[in-house]
Amino acid sequence: MLYSRTSIYSPSTIKDRIFSLDFTLLLSVLTLGVISIFAQYSSSGGNFDYFAKSHSIRFGLFFIFFILISFINVRFWNDFSLLIYASLVILLILTKFFGVQSQGSRRWINLFVFNLQPSELMKIGIILFLSNYYHKVSATDVNKIKTLLFPIISMTIPFLLVVTQPDLGTAILILFSGAIITWLAGVRWKIFAYLLGALIVLAPVAISFLKPYQKSRILTFLNPDADPLGAGYQIIQSKIAVGSGGIFGKGYLNGSQGYLNFLPEKHTDFIFTLYSEEFGFLGSAFMVLLYVLIIYRITKIGSETRSIFGKLYCYGFSSAMFVYVAVNMAMVLGLLPIVGAPLPILSYGGSSMLAIMLGLGIAMSCHIYKNNTVS
Amino acid sequence: MLNFQSSSLVSKTKTIGRRMFLVNSFKAVVVLGILGRLASLQINESSKYKGLADKNRFREIQIAPPRGIIEDYFGKPIASNETIYQLHITPEDVPNIDELFFKLKNIISLTEERIFYLKRRLAKQKLWDTLVIADNLNWSEFSRVNLFLHELQGLRPVVSIARYYENNASAHIVGYVSEITPRDLRQKEYLQDLRIQEIAIGKTGIESLYDQEMLGEPGYLRYEVNAYGKKIRQVGTERGNNGKTFRTTLDQEIQTYAADLIKDVSGAVCVMDIYNGDVVSMVSSPPFNPNAFVHGVAKKDWDELINHRDKPLLNKAISGLYPPGSTIKTLTALSALENDISNTRFTVECKGYMDLHGERFHCWKKEGHGFVNMRKGIKHSCDVFFYEVARKLGIDRLSETAKKFGLGSTVLTGIKEEKAGVVPNTKWKLQQLGKNWYLGETLHSGIGQGYFLTTPIQLCLMTAQIANGGYQLKPRLIINDNENNNNNLLDFLNFQKNNPVSSVYNDLQRFNLKPLFRNQENINFVKEAMYAATNEPGGTSYASRIEEKEFMFGGKTGSSQIKTFTQEQREDEVKQSQMAYLDRDHAWFVAFAPIHDPKYAISVLVEHGGTGSGAAAPIAKKIIRKVIERDPFRKSFVNPIGQDV
Repeated sequence: MLYSRTSIYSPSTIKDRIFSLDFTLLLSVLTLGVISIFAQYSSSGGNFDYFAKSHSIRFGLFFIFFILISFINVRFWNDFSLLIYASLVILLILTKFFGVQSQGSRRWINLFVFNLQPSELMKIGIILFLSNYYHKVSATDVNKIKTLLFPIISMTIPFLLVVTQPDLGTAILILFSGAIITWLAGVRWKIFAYLLGALIVLAPVAISFLKPYQKSRILTFLNPDADPLGAGYQIIQSKIAVGSGGIFGKGYLNGSQGYLNFLPEKHTDFIFTLYSEEFGFLGSAFMVLLYVLIIYRITKIGSETRSIFGKLYCYGFSSAMFVYVAVNMAMVLGLLPIVGAPLPILSYGGSSMLAIMLGLGIAMSCHIYKNNTVS
Repeated sequence: MLNFQSSSLVSKTKTIGRRMFLVNSFKAVVVLGILGRLASLQINESSKYKGLADKNRFREIQIAPPRGIIEDYFGKPIASNETIYQLHITPEDVPNIDELFFKLKNIISLTEERIFYLKRRLAKQKLWDTLVIADNLNWSEFSRVNLFLHELQGLRPVVSIARYYENNASAHIVGYVSEITPRDLRQKEYLQDLRIQEIAIGKTGIESLYDQEMLGEPGYLRYEVNAYGKKIRQVGTERGNNGKTFRTTLDQEIQTYAADLIKDVSGAVCVMDIYNGDVVSMVSSPPFNPNAFVHGVAKKDWDELINHRDKPLLNKAISGLYPPGSTIKTLTALSALENDISNTRFTVECKGYMDLHGERFHCWKKEGHGFVNMRKGIKHSCDVFFYEVARKLGIDRLSETAKKFGLGSTVLTGIKEEKAGVVPNTKWKLQQLGKNWYLGETLHSGIGQGYFLTTPIQLCLMTAQIANGGYQLKPRLIINDNENNNNNLLDFLNFQKNNPVSSVYNDLQRFNLKPLFRNQENINFVKEAMYAATNEPGGTSYASRIEEKEFMFGGKTGSSQIKTFTQEQREDEVKQSQMAYLDRDHAWFVAFAPIHDPKYAISVLVEHGGTGSGAAAPIAKKIIRKVIERDPFRKSFVNPIGQDV
């Protein structure tokens, strides 16, 4: 007993830290990153300068960032989670007033070097914050109204800030990321059932607040053929691209739906479609399994971590990441309405990549410091 | 404290682990769902989506093959294709369209209306689609444009082909082509799959009848296009099949000759081979220029054609309806003989008029013809004689004979402009007008007035069927290699020459000929009377006779009344030439030649020509000479050079 207490291993040197990295996770992410660069090269019709160049620079920088983050002791993230959450809320409020407007929504804040989308970071921020919160709350208090009030408020604030940008997709993902932590922490089924019931009652009210384009997206999802050249166009073209890829795909840079521009948003939300058209079922299944591997590794870190904070964080983050992947894929395969959710790492977009790499870094830090207790 | 903390830690860890297990199970289900969806799209439905992707990316542009040629009997082109010079632009290649039009206006003739029209079209089309700026430039304009091409950015000179008609003579029966309209697309089944902008299709006559075959099979260029319809690259071409060539029975030389003869009057001429029904000539006057329609006729010219008094666009030979006038007397006589109403010796006294039930029916000759038998009745075209014959014959028997000889129904197959005309009888009047037939109307019908309406081609067929001995003809315009009626009938002709007429009867089956007579003597009698009408002094067309034996013909004049003579006019002996043009009678002449060995039948109509003998017969005389002169050449011509088989 005594021995085990004193033998808690905490890597202190850089060398120790490097050796205690989860190399399977690292290599999986690297593989995905390399694929993403090729996919971006294809999305701009075989032109490196357009999307592929900045995407590869970003991936390179953020991959290093990911490793560096993982060297920070997990304690730091626990201690600063409230501060991180609070500053992200402030950034969201600033975005509301000083944000960069594009295509009718105000999502970005100009940081001179690049435009940051705080809502993407909030997806990680809420997980950090609630993991920390439930780490502190005692198991007996979890289902008390007083204890529940705080997480609900902390989810509602960013949800409302983001949904009014407007960005329904990200807002829902933030809400979901928070909810999953609450769920894992042991909040009763009944409470979720009540909240869900309340949501269903409030849904008609909420729908009346939806923008016309958001309403049409839901209607389109229910019947994409009704308006093939309008809102249904994206789903139909995406299904054609995926389906025409067949088992082996049309070959790299040979996806006709992609290079002839029949695919919408092919470098962001529909990058999986582009990839799937060119590499077929085999390539697509490989990518699905690659994501499954990454998510599995993060979940495994969670199960090995001693601290409740680390467990909640890793489980929460892996589940959130799973949802990002699943929602994006289900969306491009016509199983869900088009909500505007990027595919982690593969989609073009700095803030999304930054958030994912930050999330991965913290998870890796949980791995390196898995035996550490957190205050 | 520590205990409490560690027990809380343990229970928390347990809860988290249990719930994470549920989450992971859910994830597994979702992953399987996504993989299943991928498999369903990419494996099960792959071929469906491959088809849809190809439909997305390929566009086929049809290219028109050369249109089929229309030839005359000797293989000379009547309607062919010529090289034309066009100017095309692709809007995205033109930096300044107004500047281009401004510069072009100084080089070629480009009207403000045309520019206005082009701009409207430009606004409607895609930036990368071709627009034809000028359709039919002459060589000097085209070369001038090429000279200044460096200043005309975006303009493309293009050499193409288009319909070309040798002359106006056959314009009516051959028809014309013109740009396809939305109405054509709606009405014509075979155009449904045609996707060629501004293609010229047949609108009238043979061009319309055989349009589908003459269009041929369009070839295509296949392009890959992007989502906006812009062409990315050409991926394939197919040449298609040229349109089919049609050889007609027309003789282009006779066509031009006849057209020239009647160019100053409004009328029509038909010439037919009496043994095989070949339409040797069919012209209508005034003519129009079919080439004007190929590149879009100007509104001013169109209005002129439409509002012209003599209706140049109407093919009077098949669509002009006129009472047959005295030319029907051949059939009235034949009908009376065939029905045993009278024999050839039947005689009537003509006093210049005939009274019936208090109504007076006038002969054209005021002083009367005296005693008239049937031969003299035809020769002098005595109206009173035929009033009497018709009275005894009755309208229903007359109409039966007239229908048997081709009146009252269309002669050619499929020419949509052709009119059937009217052969009246008691039943027809009751059905069409709801009134009973009057005997007086029978008298008028007996001399081809009243309700009778015929076309020149019908009267030509009638004459041909009398001239060939009374056998039914199937007139034709197009020479079909599979049809051999030509040779059969020529055999028949030779056969008939060497055999007495009565024995021919037994061999009719062999030649598949349908006699229109009960007794061929009656036909021969009418032919002989027509000989008399032209070649004996006192005959109505004696003045237009030809005395040379090989050109000698027999014919029957006719005039169809437009307006009934008033009593004053009759007493003042008003001449046709003194009347207002539109009140004058239409002049008819039908004939066959040569008289002793008939080969051709002819009908000539001159609208408001006054009298058949004065206006129509002289024209017929000249055409008969020409037709007979060309007959040996026609008969010896078997295989046209360069004919597609």
